[in-house]
Amino acid sequence: MRRSARAVAVLSIGPVAVLAGIVWALLQPYRLTMLDPAGQGFWWLIAQPPLYVIAAGVFFHAVIAPGVVADVEDERA
Amino acid sequence: MTALALMPPPEHVHWWFATGVLLVGMCLLARAIVGAEVWDRRPWRRYLWASLLFTLGILLWPVTVFFTSSTMHAIAHAAWAQVTMLAGAAALGLAAEKLRSPLWSLTMPLALGVSGAAFLVHEQNGWLFARSAFVHHMCGWILIGGSFVALGLTFRPRSAALAAAFGLTFVVLAVVLYADRDVAPVFGHLSPDAGVPHR
Repeated sequence: MRRSARAVAVLSIGPVAVLAGIVWALLQPYRLTMLDPAGQGFWWLIAQPPLYVIAAGVFFHAVIAPGVVADVEDERA
Repeated sequence: MTALALMPPPEHVHWWFATGVLLVGMCLLARAIVGAEVWDRRPWRRYLWASLLFTLGILLWPVTVFFTSSTMHAIAHAAWAQVTMLAGAAALGLAAEKLRSPLWSLTMPLALGVSGAAFLVHEQNGWLFARSAFVHHMCGWILIGGSFVALGLTFRPRSAALAAAFGLTFVVLAVVLYADRDVAPVFGHLSPDAGVPHR
């Protein structure tokens, strides 16, 4: 089934966020303290900002986007 | 161990808020793309971004209490928490149709304007003092710009361009918040008074 442009746009929001997080992690790997945890304190070990971006993108894509796309396609049908 | 040692660094708090702001931004962008009618078709989704905003307002209270390095910080954070909760609560009331007047939407430009002013007022250093100073100035002006977008959206609620700009305001705000570091250079500038830099 061919998706509408609006559905494609909504479906692209999460992956774009995930891609941005991955690119950020590659450009600034020191932002991921889990890659070199020695000597890091508690807060620094749970602070992984590129992973936060990836998690937000995955959450949006898995939880929010499917329902929105289904409703857009319903309206179109 | 002192209470200070138990506190997360301020930059971590900015990153956590950035994640919440990013989620709000993504929801608002999707809402702008599909239109309010489609977005509001499922009851839980109608309340989603407003609930997130209200939660961010609640979470600003611990920031107000625990990151009070000056009276100005306390006032700025408290005012910010109050207007964010007010805007979130008004958006929830409008979604539930408990509030009827569309003028309640004016709480959003108020919240963004006060939040922007709070960012600008409680940052006492210049733009290029350090990364954190730059981020505070940048966030302040983004929020003040966003308040005009929200004001336009109040009077033209069906404008797709304004709705998209409103969502992008939150996404850009999240990006700037993620860029925050407590002591780090910005565009090669770092005041010797800022402290020891780290990556």
